[in-house]
Amino acid sequence: MIFATVGTQLPFDRLIDTLDKYKQYQRDISIFAQIGPLGKSPDYIDWAPTLTAKQFAKKIAECKVIISHAGMGTILTALELGKPIIVMPRQAKYGEHRNDHQCATVQNLRGRVGIHVADDEQFLLSHLKELTSFKPSAASEPVAEPKLLNAISQFITEGKGDHNNAF
Amino acid sequence: MTLNDPKARILAISSGGGHWIQMLRLRPAFDGCNVTYMTVDPKARHDVGNAGFYSVLDGNRDTKLSLIFMAIKILAVLIWVRPHSVISTGAAPGYFACRFAKLVGARSLFIDSVANAEEMSLSAKLVLSHANKVLSQWPKVSQKNGLEFHGSVL
Repeated sequence: MIFATVGTQLPFDRLIDTLDKYKQYQRDISIFAQIGPLGKSPDYIDWAPTLTAKQFAKKIAECKVIISHAGMGTILTALELGKPIIVMPRQAKYGEHRNDHQCATVQNLRGRVGIHVADDEQFLLSHLKELTSFKPSAASEPVAEPKLLNAISQFITEGKGDHNNAF
Repeated sequence: MTLNDPKARILAISSGGGHWIQMLRLRPAFDGCNVTYMTVDPKARHDVGNAGFYSVLDGNRDTKLSLIFMAIKILAVLIWVRPHSVISTGAAPGYFACRFAKLVGARSLFIDSVANAEEMSLSAKLVLSHANKVLSQWPKVSQKNGLEFHGSVL
């Protein structure tokens, strides 16, 4: 099963439409999409406007490939579970987001194991043709880089000292 | 929780979705601390076990009234929890918490979302003059804005 998600806030019809058209001629592939509360309903793929956290976790666990807008929540979840993910960035010129930060995100994530960047619908379709070659990777521990954790710990330790002096 | 607890008290606050998932990845840094979490989804309580937890109605720059309610609730939680440190991964809730931290004697650290790979987010820009420390998770953005760089949640 392919699980597609566009997050819970804004619709991303360009992504869902592409999957819907693809599914029309691919009867043996199952696709489930979470299209957002204002998304245009697709005709051929299974969908829901939003999912509860539990339903979302179940879909993610069951699927072989995730297809998503370039939201960090879904990308981090995919990396944690070692699921291959295709990400397509929202673009401000189509009214899909306030700005083009998702384009910047994918530029900087390009080349990471398990992340497949689809700049637009055409790239999404070419990734879909290669689906069978997508392999799960090793699940990664859901923690930040040690040096970030250290910097935060240090900040906290300094803060505790200051506070005690102040009171 | 008492104010005489020898552990450092922390308010770990963010909005939902990816911001919250990034916060969860910082948890090892809070080991040995008395952490209170705050985010926009009440169900996120299940992610943090027995730690203190508050939720706040979501808001963004397009929903002014919800931002006012958000600011009031965050101030109330800051006064109640009296954290030594406020740690945030964005966005609007993190801005308010870092902005109000000084009022309760807390230091504040704002970590801009890893989604902001080319430019700082609006909330990070706005919080620059209020937070004790602002970090970007990308070297290029850190350099451009004169911020320290200490890696990312990835």
